[in-house]
Amino acid sequence: MPEISYRQAIKDALAEEIERDENVVIIGEEVAQYNGAYKVTEGLLERYGPKRIVDAPISEAGFIGMGIGASMLGVRPVMELMFWSFAYVAWDQMINNAGCVRYMSGGLINVPIVIRGPANGGTNVGATHSHTPENLIANMPGLKVVCPATPYDAKGLMKAAIRDNDPVYVMESTLLYGTTGEVPEEEYVIPLGKADIKKEGTDVTIVCHGPSVPVALTAAQVLEEEHNISAEVVDLRSIRPLDEETILESVKKTNRAVLVEENRPFCGVDAQIAYTIQNKAFDYLDAPIQRISTIDAPAIYSPALEPEQLPKASTVVEKVLGIM
Amino acid sequence: MSAKTTPKKRVKPESSNLAKEAKLPINKDLSKDELLGFYRDMVRIRRFEERSLRVYQQGKIGGFLHLYIGQESIAVGCASLMGDHDHMITAYRNHGHGLAVGMNMNECMAELLGKATGCSKGKGGSMHYFAPDKNYWGGHGIVGGQIPLGVGLAYGVKYKGNIGSAMAFMGDGAINQGAVHEAYNIAALWDLPAIFIIENNGYSMGTSQERSSSHPKEGLAARAEGYNMAWENINGESIFAIRDGVGRAIKRAHEESKPTILEIHTYRYQGHSVADANAKKYRTKEEIDDYRKNHDPLNVYRLYLLDSKIMSEDEMKVIDSEAKQEAEVAAQFADESPFPPVESITEDVYWEADNPDKRTSEGRLFFND
Ligand SMILES: Cc1ncc(C[n+]2csc(CCOP(=O)(O)OP(=O)(O)O)c2C)c(N)n1
Ligand SMILES: [Mg+2]
Repeated sequence: MPEISYRQAIKDALAEEIERDENVVIIGEEVAQYNGAYKVTEGLLERYGPKRIVDAPISEAGFIGMGIGASMLGVRPVMELMFWSFAYVAWDQMINNAGCVRYMSGGLINVPIVIRGPANGGTNVGATHSHTPENLIANMPGLKVVCPATPYDAKGLMKAAIRDNDPVYVMESTLLYGTTGEVPEEEYVIPLGKADIKKEGTDVTIVCHGPSVPVALTAAQVLEEEHNISAEVVDLRSIRPLDEETILESVKKTNRAVLVEENRPFCGVDAQIAYTIQNKAFDYLDAPIQRISTIDAPAIYSPALEPEQLPKASTVVEKVLGIM
Repeated sequence: MSAKTTPKKRVKPESSNLAKEAKLPINKDLSKDELLGFYRDMVRIRRFEERSLRVYQQGKIGGFLHLYIGQESIAVGCASLMGDHDHMITAYRNHGHGLAVGMNMNECMAELLGKATGCSKGKGGSMHYFAPDKNYWGGHGIVGGQIPLGVGLAYGVKYKGNIGSAMAFMGDGAINQGAVHEAYNIAALWDLPAIFIIENNGYSMGTSQERSSSHPKEGLAARAEGYNMAWENINGESIFAIRDGVGRAIKRAHEESKPTILEIHTYRYQGHSVADANAKKYRTKEEIDDYRKNHDPLNVYRLYLLDSKIMSEDEMKVIDSEAKQEAEVAAQFADESPFPPVESITEDVYWEADNPDKRTSEGRLFFND
C-alpha cells in the first residue's frame, strides 16, 4: 500500500468526489489560486477549474451561509475554514441555519454540506487560533462531526462526509497534515460513527480522538515498553454519530478506562463518554474513569508552556498507572 | 471627505398613481383574472392574519406572531413574477410570502397552533414556514441570518445553469447585520442572481429607521453603491410599482446574472408582534391612521379596481367573503387537528435517521439516556 500524507489523503478524497459528483464544489479562503492556506487543495484549481474550486472573500458568515443555501438546492459544497477557530463568526449560519432548517421545515429541506478545516492547538498561535469545537458541535442535534487522525481515516471519512445528506463538520489538524500512513489505491469509504481500535490491548482502554490519538498511542507504547501494561487505544474518529459499542466492548474487556481529548474538561466530549461508560458498563469497571484534557484556560501562546497545557503522553501514562 | 449628514426622517414617497402604473409594460397586459388574483391574494393574507390574531388572543398560539398586515402588496407582487427557477426566502414576518407562493391556509394556521398537520408538522411555528416545492425557503427567526442563504439559493441557481433568481427579503432593521453586508459583497463580486428586498416598514421593533441606520440621502438600498450593485426605491402601496421595480431586478438577474437591492416603502399597522404592547408608543396614532387611510396597499388597489371598473362591488364582496370563509375553515381545521406525538420530537432531525433503510453511517445519533 502506498504511504501518503494526511494532507494528500484529504486532497485525494476531494478530487475523487469532485470527479464522481458534478454537484461537489470546494469553496473557501485561499483554496484556489493560493493553493490552500495549508496546501490541502494544492493543484485542484488547475485540475478542475474555477467553477469547482472557488476562492471566497474573508466573510465566513457570508460564504458559509451561502454554501448552506446552495446545499438546500442540491449543490454539495465542501467549505474550507482556514481554522475551525474562525467558525465562530459563522456560528449563526452553522448552528441556526445548517443545524435547524431540516427540523423547522418538518423534514422538507436537507443541508448536504461539509465544513472542514484544522482544529488543534500546539502550534503557538495563541487562544484565537487554537480552538477544538467538536464538543460544541456535538451538542447540536442535526449536525454530525468527525475528527480523523490518520491519512487512511481522513480520506475515508471525508468521502463519507461529502456523500452524507446531513451537514457534516470535519475537524482536521495542522500538526497531522504532514504525517504519513498507508492508504489503499482502491476506492473506499469509512462510514461515519465507527470507532477504530488503533492498538489492541487487554489491561486498560484509552479513548481518544483527533489530535489526541498520537498522544494516546505514544502513551500506550511507553506503558507497554516500560511498565508491561497492555493498553487498548480506541480512536472515536466520529463524535456524532458515536460508536458506543466499540468503547463499551473494549472497557468490558479491560475493565479500565482513561479518556484523552484536546477539549477543555468542562462539557468536553469525554464527559459524555464517561457518562456512557458508567451507565452501560458500570459493573465492569475496576477503577474510576480517568480524564486527561487541555488545562482549563484559553490556549496559551508561550511555546515553552503550550505543550504543558495540552494533553501529554506522560500524563496519560501517570493516570493509567494510578488506576492499575 | 467630510461626512454627509444623515437624513433624520424616513423619506415618504409621493402617493402612487395606480392608473398610471397599470400602463407600465410589465402590467399593461395583465388579464382580469390576474388582476383580481392579486386582489384575492392580498385579501387572503389579510383575512388569514386577522383570523390568526383572534386565535392568538384565545390563547391557542404560543410565542410570537408577527403580522404582515399593511405589507401584503410586496409578497403578492413579488410572487406574481416568479417562474420555475425564481426563489424566495424571508425572515419571521413570513405568513404573507407563504400564502402568496401558494401555501394553503389550513397548513399555515395549523402550524401556528403547533399541530401535526402544520406545514412544518408543528416544529417551526409562526416564524418558520417552508414550502421548498414552491421555491419558498422560509421563514427565518434570526434577523438577517437568512440573507446569506438567499445568496446561496442564487448561487445554486447559477451553478446548475438555470435562468432564475433568489429574492431575499429583510426588514429595515436587518440591513445592519454583518452577515447581510457579507452577502451583498459576495452576490456582487460573483455576479449572482440575487435580489435583496428591504421591506422598509419604518421600524425594527420599537426603533425607528432614523435611530438605527446611517445611510445615503437616497435611502437604504442606496448602500448598494458601495458594492457596485444596482438599486432602486419602490413605493410599496402600489402593487404595480412593485411589479415594475422587482420585474427589472428579475430581468437583471435572468439576463445579466447580476444582483439588485430594492427598498420598498411600506408600513405595518400592528405591533412588532402581537405581544408588542408598546406598538403605539414609539409612533403616533396620526402616523398609523395616515398609512391606513391613505396608503394601505390593499385599499389603494381595491379603489383602483373599482374606479377603473375592472372589478365590481359584487365581485369584491365575493372575494372578501370567500377569503374570510377560507380563514374560518382554516381556524377550525387547525383547532380540530391533532398535536404531533411525543415520538415526533426526534424526527426530522437527521435525514439519515428518517431514512433508516438508506443509512450509511453507524453509531448513535441521539443521546436520550
Ligand atoms: C440576531 C437577532 N437579534 C435580535 C432579534 C430580535 N428581533 C426580532 S425582530 C427584530 C426587529 C427587526 O426589524 P426589521 O428588520 O425592521 O423587520 P420587521 O420586524 O420590521 O419586519 C428584533 C430586534 C432577532 N430575532 N435576531
Ligand atoms: Mg422594520
